[in-house]
Amino acid sequence: MSYFLIFFSAAIVNNFVLAYFLGICPFVGVSKRVSSAVSMGMAVTFVMLITAVVTWLIYHLILVPFDVVILQYVSFILVIASLVQLVEMFIRKVSKPLYDTLGIFLPLITTNCAILGLALFSVLRDYSFMESVVFGLGAGAGFTLALVIMAGIREELELAPVPKYFQGAAITMIVAGGLALAFMGFAGMI
Amino acid sequence: MDLASIGISMLSMGGMGALFAAGLAVANKKYYVEEDPRIALVMDNLPGANCGGCGLPGCGSFAEGVVHGEVAISGCPVCNDDAREAIAGVMGLEATKGEKIIARVMCQGGHYESAHKGEYLGIETCTAAHITGGGDKLCLHGCLGYGECVESCPFDAMEMSENGLPIIDEDKCTGCGNCVDACPRNIIELHPEADTVFVACRNTDTPKDSRKICIKTCVGCGLCVRGVEEGLMTMENNLAIIDYHLYGQGTELPTAKCSTNALIVLEAVPEEEALSA
Repeated sequence: MSYFLIFFSAAIVNNFVLAYFLGICPFVGVSKRVSSAVSMGMAVTFVMLITAVVTWLIYHLILVPFDVVILQYVSFILVIASLVQLVEMFIRKVSKPLYDTLGIFLPLITTNCAILGLALFSVLRDYSFMESVVFGLGAGAGFTLALVIMAGIREELELAPVPKYFQGAAITMIVAGGLALAFMGFAGMI
Repeated sequence: MDLASIGISMLSMGGMGALFAAGLAVANKKYYVEEDPRIALVMDNLPGANCGGCGLPGCGSFAEGVVHGEVAISGCPVCNDDAREAIAGVMGLEATKGEKIIARVMCQGGHYESAHKGEYLGIETCTAAHITGGGDKLCLHGCLGYGECVESCPFDAMEMSENGLPIIDEDKCTGCGNCVDACPRNIIELHPEADTVFVACRNTDTPKDSRKICIKTCVGCGLCVRGVEEGLMTMENNLAIIDYHLYGQGTELPTAKCSTNALIVLEAVPEEEALSA
């Protein structure tokens, strides 16, 4: 499969959030403002990219040669947790306001299933090193895309005359469902 | 699983763990964020109850705000003067004395005073009683008596009396306002310690209805309003209201004229008297 197809598939057709329903927690939690959604998307993309690289190396250079594939989950979690710690330190140093905006959702990237899902998918699909790097980038771009679209809609919704009982969480769920439906249109393209 | 693979597992996981730990240790040194040491000092002098009375999420953010000069030290309604002075000392500022604010309950309709419409068997919280049928009392404005305010008090300054009304310990009350938010009927108000005269009722029913539901209600007769200076007291929706901007220390209000004892000097009605009534 060509690199472009892998990227396009991960970002749009099989979007992690809107087609696989992975990483819903930050999708709803950090999509109130476009600016913070972009930053969150960047943080997740970074973690995904590095995770794709490191987990591929660990899987193919340590786990498979020594026949301890059974350790893949725990070692992948270890990688992700360490990376999130690193990102957290970095963001706190570089931009305190951003650190405050992301709040609990920053450390929660650790338990974001989209990232563990990425590592496991790339093992399952037997990607080569370059393919899994592209896959990581595509998944990150797809996550950012979903978050930014959602944030854009929710910013508009602030001004929309939403019926009283649909305000807040309810209308967010409806919008998320609508978005997922829209992305269903891409299904089967690849 | 044989011994060798156990060894390999331990080695590989241990090795990875050690490697990542080393990496994080280096990163921690490099990206270390220096915190103002004064934040911790200010924090030590705050009550630490995270009550939210200052309008910020907790004592931590209040301490940060003080150090960055975004909030005034007096912004914490809970701190006593000693704590304020200590914080001012940390910041190198002069402490200003704030007026002590106390929560007051604007209802005297306990079990004995108010008329009952039946028995309430629902969930025993004020909010539940308020949104379902309004509890067992006829009054739709008064205390429900399930003590949600008492539970909300982070300083242990409230308790329910035998008569089913919250009693506030003035020494312990810090004026954080948690009980004000907790009360679904909005009958708890924050007042400066100096204010002692209150219309302790929030009932807006017509005089005829008021007399039927509670013996200590403001019936809206207007006697008190006629007895004071223009503007100091007004009638609104069958309820007498004191204008505390005009009310100062030593102002006499015609408490004796009130036929139902709704207009009171707060300490003047002890519990025993209420019981015999």
